[in-house]
Amino acid sequence: MRVTFTVNGREETAEDVWEGESLLYVLRERLGLPGSKNACEQGECGSCTVYLDDAPVCACLVAAGQAQGRRVRTVEGLAERGLDPVQEAFVESGAVQCGFCTPGLVVQAHDLLERVERPSDAEIREALAGNLCRCTGYEKILDAVKLAAERKAAAR
Amino acid sequence: MEFLRPTTWAEALAAKADQPDAVPLQGGTDVMVEINFSVRRPPALLDLTAVPELATWSRDGDRYRIGAAVPYSTIIAELGGALPGLAQAARTVGSPQIRNRGSVGGNLGAASPAGDSHPPLLAAGAAVEVESRERGLRTIPAEEFYLGVKRSALLPDELIKAVRVERAAGPQYFAKVGTRNAMVIAVCSFAVALHPGERRVGTGLGSAAPTPRRALEAEEFLAAELDWSAPLEPALLARFGELCASAAAPIDDVRGTADYRRHAIAVLARRTLTWAWQDHLERRAA
Repeated sequence: MRVTFTVNGREETAEDVWEGESLLYVLRERLGLPGSKNACEQGECGSCTVYLDDAPVCACLVAAGQAQGRRVRTVEGLAERGLDPVQEAFVESGAVQCGFCTPGLVVQAHDLLERVERPSDAEIREALAGNLCRCTGYEKILDAVKLAAERKAAAR
Repeated sequence: MEFLRPTTWAEALAAKADQPDAVPLQGGTDVMVEINFSVRRPPALLDLTAVPELATWSRDGDRYRIGAAVPYSTIIAELGGALPGLAQAARTVGSPQIRNRGSVGGNLGAASPAGDSHPPLLAAGAAVEVESRERGLRTIPAEEFYLGVKRSALLPDELIKAVRVERAAGPQYFAKVGTRNAMVIAVCSFAVALHPGERRVGTGLGSAAPTPRRALEAEEFLAAELDWSAPLEPALLARFGELCASAAAPIDDVRGTADYRRHAIAVLARRTLTWAWQDHLERRAA
């Protein structure tokens, strides 16, 4: 089947999509957007987190056909005018080890900071509870989110 | 595989009537896992996310009607005051990403004994609205909905439309045992709902029997023995825990043993009733 939806502000069409295919597969393998990572394929790890309309979701659990006519924003879409403050903060804080979980964490942290200006540690941990880092670099990730929150608040 | 995408409820019912083996797809948090892992290859997926009315909730006085597709995140944000037991359970589902997609309707459709929505729905006395093209709408009390492990009273040509729940008449609590706070399938879970007007306490057990179920003997015991104006007596609380545990029919599995689950149900039952009773007495005193 054919699926047409908006990705990072541009309308895209994927052809010959299998009916059981995930949005994640379409993004990575058909539209050339490998930022969202494919790991657990069961919504456990958060590596494939993207915005579907305005809510962060696991792209591996969205059937491609469900994205028809909707808006998707991937980690690539956060960096359209240079790096997003969340991405910059991850770099500066050393919140990236192997990097595999990073795109999902960046999107999920981005959503948190869109909703909560100055999240507490508990709020950050709760927001990121569905994103696993197997290098277990969580402390630096917390630092990065706090740094990004400060920067964004200062820029307001 | 076919991908069916109705945009109205009537179209959805027609699609299910014409193709009863089509698998309804909502947030995908169960169905897509099975497809990704090749556990399931249904002849058709029936995507319900383009049917707008399923994604809204409404109220008529104290009666709430939650569309089958309303995500957990909306229940948490908008219904915590009216339906505290269900909202507490919703907060324990998966992660934020999962709560943005998963819904009570999907939980009912999967009918897993471990589904987090079920205990609070049972304790509150909720009912499930289902509909088919041929026979129209029918309402199934939650306690009659669950028939077996991942089996429900939903017929092959029916779709789940909504859940009906009354605004909480008294304190409600939900508690769940798991290895961490997020991304946990319940080892076991328990919900309690006080109905002070009827001098009745509702219960719901999760992940402790082939289906979610009420602890009926425990409810009858409290209806007979509770003094609604006095603090809880320790002996009564202990007996309540025992009766809830004896309502369980758990199994040993990777998440826990049957013995542990029975024990934990007694603990959760005592704990949640204690919390609810404290609120109840504070409200009486206020």
